[in-house]
Amino acid sequence: MHIAEGFLPPLHAVGWTVAAAPFVVHGARAVVKEVREHPENTLLLGAAGAFTFVLSAIKLPSVTGSSSHPTGTGAGAVLFRPPVMALLGTVVLLFQALLLAHGGLTTLGANAFSMAIVGPWAGYGAYRLTRSLGGGLLPGVFVAMLVADLATYVTTALQLALAFPDADSGFAGAAVKFLGVFAVTQIPLAVGEGLLGVLLFRVLTTNARPELERLGLLPPAPAQEEVR
Amino acid sequence: MSRRRLVTVLLVLAVVALFAVPLLMDGGSSDFTGTDNQAVTAIQESDPGYEPWFTSVLPPLSPSVESGLFALQAALGGGVLGYVIGRLRGRRSSTPAPEPAEQP
Repeated sequence: MHIAEGFLPPLHAVGWTVAAAPFVVHGARAVVKEVREHPENTLLLGAAGAFTFVLSAIKLPSVTGSSSHPTGTGAGAVLFRPPVMALLGTVVLLFQALLLAHGGLTTLGANAFSMAIVGPWAGYGAYRLTRSLGGGLLPGVFVAMLVADLATYVTTALQLALAFPDADSGFAGAAVKFLGVFAVTQIPLAVGEGLLGVLLFRVLTTNARPELERLGLLPPAPAQEEVR
Repeated sequence: MSRRRLVTVLLVLAVVALFAVPLLMDGGSSDFTGTDNQAVTAIQESDPGYEPWFTSVLPPLSPSVESGLFALQAALGGGVLGYVIGRLRGRRSSTPAPEPAEQP
């Protein structure tokens, strides 16, 4: 989902930067507020950021014969709500743009919009929906990770279609083309990411139960009982 | 093996299989190009006149240096994640039965 440096026309680059900026600023304030008011959650906040850091560094092969990387933003969105991920995801993208020449500064706004804003919000929405339908924490996490990953790549495809509409078939034709590049490849990765999220939260439910209860992810339960 | 441990093992195996199967099925016919690069190719095909108007602040890296930096990113993230989980685990085992709640 990293649109390469310089590969969005200036107007689009500026537009996406302007669109993403308020979310990132709001996210930065959310992170500061979280750390200040709940210093006991700082460890978990670090875990959420680290999870995205690892997953977005790893390119994985897919059934389409191409490779792509997961985003890992769903976990933090479930734990701390999406605004926090707007900052953490953008930090990851900035690191990659500056040090890895992956993505870029001119496309940072667009990439942040897809990976750090749309992805976390879509994943969080899917999580809330799952929970309100009676799903447990782990099914909710699986759906959140999967949807956050897919939504990120769909957004990137649409951003590129908007910037490079097809000569004959316009935006729709270009959208089909870019979705063909991104979306199908991403499906097995999104499933894999969902499973990794479940693994992470299985560790957290046993080892960080007080935090999860405080964040409202688990109901306060007798201390001895373990979630299976 | 407890049921909980079995589930963990199955989850890990499922993740590994999910990414190993495409590699094995493929048999070396495709080169697993990154989708980010494919998107660049698609842009250049549909709009051959497009010139990137800004280049990366970093000079182009050799692929081996680049993969090393990606490994560094993963290592940093993995290190922090491992540290946090280790601390949480240590805290849990060092406080047996965390305050059994004041009973009336």
